[in-house]
Amino acid sequence: MSTPAPLISVRGVVNRFGSQVVHDGVSFEVLPGEVFGIVGGSGSGKSVLLRTMLGLRQPDAGTVEIEGRDITAMGDRELREVKRRYGVTFQHGALFTSLTVAENVTLPVAEALDLGEASLQKLLELRLRMVGLPLDASTKYPAQLSGGMVKRVALARALALDPVILFLDEPTAGLDPIAAASFDELVLYLRDTLGLTVVMVTHDLDTLARTCDRVAVLVDRKVIVDTLEGIVAHDHPWIRAYFHGERGRAIREAGEDHDGA
Amino acid sequence: MDSFVEFDRAVAVLRLAGDCGMEDAPVLARELERLSATAPTEVRIDLNGAGAIDIGPAWLLHESLARWRAAGVDIAIEGPVPAHFEYFADLVARDDGAMPESGRRSIVARLAEVGRRLEERWHGWYEALVFGGHLLVSASTAWRTLKRMRIPSVVRHMHETGVQAIPVVAVIAFLISVISAYIGAQQLQPFGAEIFTVDLVAIGVLRELGVLLTAIMVAGRTGSAYAAELGVMKLNDEVDALESMGMNPYEVLVLPRVVALVLVLPLLTIVADAMGLLGGALLTTYLLELPWQQFVMRLDSAVGETTLWAGLVKAPVFGLLIALTGTLRGLQVRESSRELGRLTTVAVVQSIFLVIFADAIFAIFFLEIDF
Repeated sequence: MSTPAPLISVRGVVNRFGSQVVHDGVSFEVLPGEVFGIVGGSGSGKSVLLRTMLGLRQPDAGTVEIEGRDITAMGDRELREVKRRYGVTFQHGALFTSLTVAENVTLPVAEALDLGEASLQKLLELRLRMVGLPLDASTKYPAQLSGGMVKRVALARALALDPVILFLDEPTAGLDPIAAASFDELVLYLRDTLGLTVVMVTHDLDTLARTCDRVAVLVDRKVIVDTLEGIVAHDHPWIRAYFHGERGRAIREAGEDHDGA
Repeated sequence: MDSFVEFDRAVAVLRLAGDCGMEDAPVLARELERLSATAPTEVRIDLNGAGAIDIGPAWLLHESLARWRAAGVDIAIEGPVPAHFEYFADLVARDDGAMPESGRRSIVARLAEVGRRLEERWHGWYEALVFGGHLLVSASTAWRTLKRMRIPSVVRHMHETGVQAIPVVAVIAFLISVISAYIGAQQLQPFGAEIFTVDLVAIGVLRELGVLLTAIMVAGRTGSAYAAELGVMKLNDEVDALESMGMNPYEVLVLPRVVALVLVLPLLTIVADAMGLLGGALLTTYLLELPWQQFVMRLDSAVGETTLWAGLVKAPVFGLLIALTGTLRGLQVRESSRELGRLTTVAVVQSIFLVIFADAIFAIFFLEIDF
């Protein structure tokens, strides 16, 4: 099987805070059209890795390439172009609390493109429909929304410029299982119909089992990348504790399903 | 991307060529608008030369087509239909409601807005009343046991709002009294009455300027700090956390701040008064060449028994007003960071207003009782 050119490649990334080494030569590749999960214990540097991939943080060593272009060695102008290619949702939504849902979602478009009010409204309607939000939510303020809706608005905002890659930081954290499941389905639907590539940091084992094609586990300042079954079968003690603990049942069952098939 | 609109007899033709990404959306939107403006009866979309069309621009095209179709325009699409149209059919089939009407608001909506504002105002007064009640209750219970007065907290706030404010209050009082002494001396000299500059400075500083300037400085410094601190605590659910642990936020958060400011403002006023008199003394010594002994003698006769107290007695009242406004506004913050900014501003503006208003009432009162 020939592998397509990777969309993102992280090569030998080292991140240090003072004398504390968070990442010591982290390398992996994200292929187009896959849902790529990143897991790791608290303090293992998931967010730092995400920030590095977004070009918000300069790694102490190593490179990050997005669509074949090294973002660690480019100027602000080029980096801004690359940033147009991805959308990000943050853990707590990071919606602008002083703007309505409509203003939040249209902000990146209105900033980047010279579009009239009517077109902006049309595009707003599209993004709200894409993430399955009721259209009359557009006049509400973030404080008036439920947790699930906040995540959806954040996703709508991330989708506003038709990105190729979606970075999701803890997309289902704080959601009830039903809302989390429907968010997972939404992510898969968008991936399948639009061919988006999704990179998500998550602690939610159910989400991991349902959506991710491959998983990167951050342990001992390195990364272990494999398919979910491969990771589950890995004999690293931390990974065993993570997936085979009391809460890892869903994954195990998923693994057994695959074994049976 | 290239796009052309052509008019071939009565048929409008829109021809797209090349890839059409989100960055081409403005061009496409303009072309579509241009086409719509001609009110065509027949539209032909030529996509033979078109490459990949992103979701955003595809949607704009899709929506224009839907609008024309609804208006009874004949539509023909040549070439491959954009890949996302199928997805759009899925989207539109779901019932997501309708976009809320924007544009002009009806008179009823406007009236409703006025009503809402009015109710908010009224609710604000009600909240202030509730706030005052809670504070009174917790103050009256805290009075009995020293522990509940939270002395360490009071001392901390006294340090932050009082000790740390000494330099700025001292400098401001000094400068203002120098300025007023200078202007007074200039006006009084032609009449040979420059000795009365001492009276002007002494009475002005002790009765009004010292305490008023201190209060305004403190309102800006501490009123805003109180509102912002409590506001952020409110946004972080810290106030709820306190309450859930069985602690009374009025007793823990509000009372120490209020007590601290009521105690601190008179002390700061004394600093301001001293610096004000020093400024007056320096200016009269150097500008009017009045020996400082004479300044002291004149000061002694100018200042009555009540002059100092007329200023000082106002200080705790001003402190109370500033602390109450700041803490009340802080606790009113909910939902958003914009509220925090707005209420912090409101806290400062209102406390300065209240201080000046109270000062005016004091002035009338003192006049009546000949204080």
